[in-house]
Amino acid sequence: MPPIPPGAIDCDVHVSVPNIASLLPYMTEAWREMIVSRGTDGLELASYPKGAPIACRPDWRPLGDLGWFQQHALDGFGISRAILTCLHGGQAVHSEDLAQALCGAVNDWLVDRWLDKDDRLRAGIVVPFQSPIYAAAEIEKRAADRRFVQVQLLAAGEMLLGRRYYWPIYEAAVKHDLPIAIHAGSAFRHAPTSVGWPSHFTQDYVHQTMGFEAQLLSLMGEGVFNHFPTLRVVLLESGVTWLPAFLWRAIKSWRGLRGETPWFTQSPADLVRKHVRMTAQPFDAPGAAEVARTIEHIGADDMLLFATDFPHHHFEGTEVLPPGLSRDLIHKMAIDNPIATYPRLKETTP
Amino acid sequence: MSDVLERPAIVQAGIVDCDIHPTMKSKSELYPWLAERWRKHLEEYGAQPRVPFTTGTQYPKAAPATARRDSWPTNGGPPGSDLAFMQAQLLDANDIALGILAPLSGATRNTDLGAAYCHAVNEWQVENWVKPEPRFRACVTVAHEDPDLAVEEIALRAGDRNFVQVLMPSKTNEPLGRKRYWPIYAAAQASGFPIAIHVNSVGGGYASTPGGWPSYYLQDHHINVHSFQAQVASLALEGVFEEFPRLRFVMIEGGFAWLPSLCWRLDKQWALNRDELPRCKRPPSEYIRENMWFTTQPMEEPEVAEHLRDTLGWIGWDRVMFATDYPHWDYDDPRGAFPIRLSNAEHTMVFRDNAMGLYGLT
Repeated sequence: MPPIPPGAIDCDVHVSVPNIASLLPYMTEAWREMIVSRGTDGLELASYPKGAPIACRPDWRPLGDLGWFQQHALDGFGISRAILTCLHGGQAVHSEDLAQALCGAVNDWLVDRWLDKDDRLRAGIVVPFQSPIYAAAEIEKRAADRRFVQVQLLAAGEMLLGRRYYWPIYEAAVKHDLPIAIHAGSAFRHAPTSVGWPSHFTQDYVHQTMGFEAQLLSLMGEGVFNHFPTLRVVLLESGVTWLPAFLWRAIKSWRGLRGETPWFTQSPADLVRKHVRMTAQPFDAPGAAEVARTIEHIGADDMLLFATDFPHHHFEGTEVLPPGLSRDLIHKMAIDNPIATYPRLKETTP
Repeated sequence: MSDVLERPAIVQAGIVDCDIHPTMKSKSELYPWLAERWRKHLEEYGAQPRVPFTTGTQYPKAAPATARRDSWPTNGGPPGSDLAFMQAQLLDANDIALGILAPLSGATRNTDLGAAYCHAVNEWQVENWVKPEPRFRACVTVAHEDPDLAVEEIALRAGDRNFVQVLMPSKTNEPLGRKRYWPIYAAAQASGFPIAIHVNSVGGGYASTPGGWPSYYLQDHHINVHSFQAQVASLALEGVFEEFPRLRFVMIEGGFAWLPSLCWRLDKQWALNRDELPRCKRPPSEYIRENMWFTTQPMEEPEVAEHLRDTLGWIGWDRVMFATDYPHWDYDDPRGAFPIRLSNAEHTMVFRDNAMGLYGLT
């Protein structure tokens, strides 16, 4: 197992808002009153139940304070920069106004409790994408803080993300050269599969790939990359090994059906390799041989980003990297690719 | 019950086509087997699909009737509706020794109608297709959302060599591992019929992606394969093959290159979440490897053709069966569909022996 390169950049690290009380200091008096008087709490995303094995490695339970986090998530892997992904129900509530209040408070909480406490930390802007207008406003509000390095969305929301309804979000992201990050998880506006609701959490999690595939097809099909040629999309906790088969089918369908979307003039493989990046945690291959074959099928060294997905349970000890990767590719994943993907990291990373 | 026909049990030459779509010139072709009540119902209310239109489709397809432009019979009628034309254009031209019919009956919300309709379609297949053309075999179409009615139809066809399998659509009202469907599996296993799942785009009315409805056929056509992924996972995780170890599934027109990655993800999460999945006693990929077959159309076409060998090696050459999907627009020609050159042994497996073995014809 090749070691993690010194100074690795971790592109998907999770911190969680412990309860709604933690967010009240960052809300207006009116929202505080509303939330307290109505007993609003919970809002933990069903895509990641806290007790589920995937949500946290057993040896990392219970999650500790800042010092504990620094020791385990950062020092433990020799991380130079870590991009925080805070999954929060503010992105899944039905009220656009409540979503705005919650997401704004989450971002304030991230600054106050994390970004200000350790200069290795960066974060994604948690936006209320139930309302693209509010989401764009939140991007404008945070963009001046250079520690926010991307805009964070859930893989399954109200509508597919390519729809023109969402374009104000991309307009704002491109203006500030912020990638759009799509993290696994659903607002459960729709069943997790096209045949309805599976019985088990396991199936929900395994099928997160369907959400990512659907979003890539939507972004390409609706012409998002035509309209925003500098837009970059980062898939977080998407898994990796589904990508080649997805591209093969996407190319074939595009060849047969591109007349329907005349603006879709570049092959899906070219568009994905140019605009899309993905974290390599989890990778989802059983051994070195399958990893190596998948890397060859993907055919692009600059697409994969190093991530621990801390504290989610994908590996034991420090075996973050799947077997079968070359040292050269690992270096790209851990250093070069993140810096190329996140221009703001250049400002602080040697 | 249809007559059992005398026909050669062993096919030693020619290929097997596992997905051929016969169609009707009009619904009235079914009327000899459809009660007056249901004829009237169809004419008054239609089949009530879970889409906004009574006819046509929510995603305009690539071609009229979703068909090859050269497949419209010279004597009139829609593609797939003329036996002589199909014999010449498909069977004779491609040396097809055995063709499995997959009539797309459509799911109806009214399952009483569905059962009557499926019964009529089964009679129609035998009388209009299998009896006049011994190279064809039929599927037992069933009202799968009412398993009691489905079981009656399966029992009626058990032992009838005109039929080779039970046919259901890929988009069901619930994931197929759920116990409400298990009576169908008990009946299929008892009769020795595999269960074939054929792609469909309209099922229980759920959005075709977890993030909502696509805008274009380009998306819908691609994403229909996800319904297969959901079914494969559900069948394995719910323990269907612990209960019915001899039950076999055939996944038709759902693609196959996605299968290895799905198996890897499933096995990993199964190991992590064992306590949630007591009925799935082994890694899910083992049931999938043992109990499932996949047809090749639409052929997977990697950017580097030889990468298809990785995929087929991971799935197993003995689990892949050739299909044309005649007369649909994305038809695969047996002479050119494979982007890689197959050895004689591989060719024989995929184009004939795997299907002959599955259907007990060798």
